[in-house]
Amino acid sequence: MIKLQGVDKSFGDLRVLKGIDLSVEKGEVLSVIGASGSGKSTMLYCINALENIQGGKILVDGVDVHCAGTNVNKLRREIGMVFQQWNSFPHLSVMDNVALAPQIVLGKSKDEAYSIAEKHLKHVGLGDKLHTYPTRMSGGQQQRLAIARALAMEPSYMLFDEVTSALDPELVGEVLDTLRLLREDGMTMIVVTHEINFARDVSDRIAFFHQGVIEELAPAKDLVNNPQRERTQQFLSKVL
Amino acid sequence: MSESASTIQFFTGFSVNDLPFLAQAAGGTLLISIISISIGSILGCLFGWALYASKYARYILGSILDIFRSVPLIIQLLLFFNFFPILGIPLEPFAAGCIVLTVYTSALVAQVARGGIEAVPESMRRASRSLGMSYFQDMRYVVWPIGARAMLPAWTGVALGVLKDSALVSVLGYLELLRASQILITRTQEPFIILAIVGAFYFALSYPIGKITARLEQRWQYD
Repeated sequence: MIKLQGVDKSFGDLRVLKGIDLSVEKGEVLSVIGASGSGKSTMLYCINALENIQGGKILVDGVDVHCAGTNVNKLRREIGMVFQQWNSFPHLSVMDNVALAPQIVLGKSKDEAYSIAEKHLKHVGLGDKLHTYPTRMSGGQQQRLAIARALAMEPSYMLFDEVTSALDPELVGEVLDTLRLLREDGMTMIVVTHEINFARDVSDRIAFFHQGVIEELAPAKDLVNNPQRERTQQFLSKVL
Repeated sequence: MSESASTIQFFTGFSVNDLPFLAQAAGGTLLISIISISIGSILGCLFGWALYASKYARYILGSILDIFRSVPLIIQLLLFFNFFPILGIPLEPFAAGCIVLTVYTSALVAQVARGGIEAVPESMRRASRSLGMSYFQDMRYVVWPIGARAMLPAWTGVALGVLKDSALVSVLGYLELLRASQILITRTQEPFIILAIVGAFYFALSYPIGKITARLEQRWQYD
């Protein structure tokens, strides 16, 4: 379970998260929507300690993420993350992109890492690209590679930070389909997204962020079809 | 009585027998260049990393390296070489040349290496850290290979520059190509042919560096 308790985060004088309380159960898919700058991506970065926090607590399976004694490298193995920019490693083949971390972080043998990589690459539909280099692939393919790379660490949780925002419109579908696939696998996910319809169809709950607070948190269909808060209504009317 | 018999022969012409002497001098150039380029590049990469990683290093180390980049090499060589005897420690021209050239190379490579590291986007590093890699694993497996590719062309320029700048070590009396050429010119009074040959030697030393790095660049292309 991922649990946020009164999380505060500031960049200098700018408070971007203001006392966030949230918990995500095992197997749940939570989507996070809201305008740019509302703090939703920052929250993801705080969950796997890529950003520090100024107040409150974040617990992942009971481990205090921002406690000084916590081994963040170990913790991050449990939390896969995919970014807006796919960040494939350009000097490595598709296979090696995925197999690198299992080898050097988990200490798997090369053969073992390769078979893990192959399994996950096939799962995201890149079985025919194993020996290609990422620079030869489309954005959508590279984003699926990034997903496979994160999955190869066999994490308990996956965080998605606007993974379709940098893609050409015609490539968005294949990446969203991959996320649907993970949902069917029962992966616990937090998905920051601007794809409201996708969020409604795929997630259990949706959180609407507004200026660093969770303005509304409700079951996915309820929040999209019948928003209770005025700001949620305004936001949805603009993006739908 | 012929004129040639009455004059003392000060000068003798350039001959094939002088080529081994030039080859030996080329060896001197090669030796001092290899030592200073390799050690200087390793140091330069460490300095570049420090410049990138720490604000204090940027101010302190950066200013020191700026001095070595800005003061003409010939002045650095003469100052350094003549400084140690004052302290009572004699220094061989070769040792002095190596040290000064190494520091000079490291100062140039430091900036190149810093640029190489900066060529790796921050988001790439976040991605590797999010996979559980430690700082040093990220450095070793992601930043270094990507950064090295980015810095290779600039590094080649530095290496070729240092190879040619090693000629300045001749002012300390170390026997390398330029000094050998001056000795021969004094004896033969044939500067044109000798400088042409020495130039050819420099070319022969530089050409492989350019060739090898060009091939490496091609092999390292991202596809």
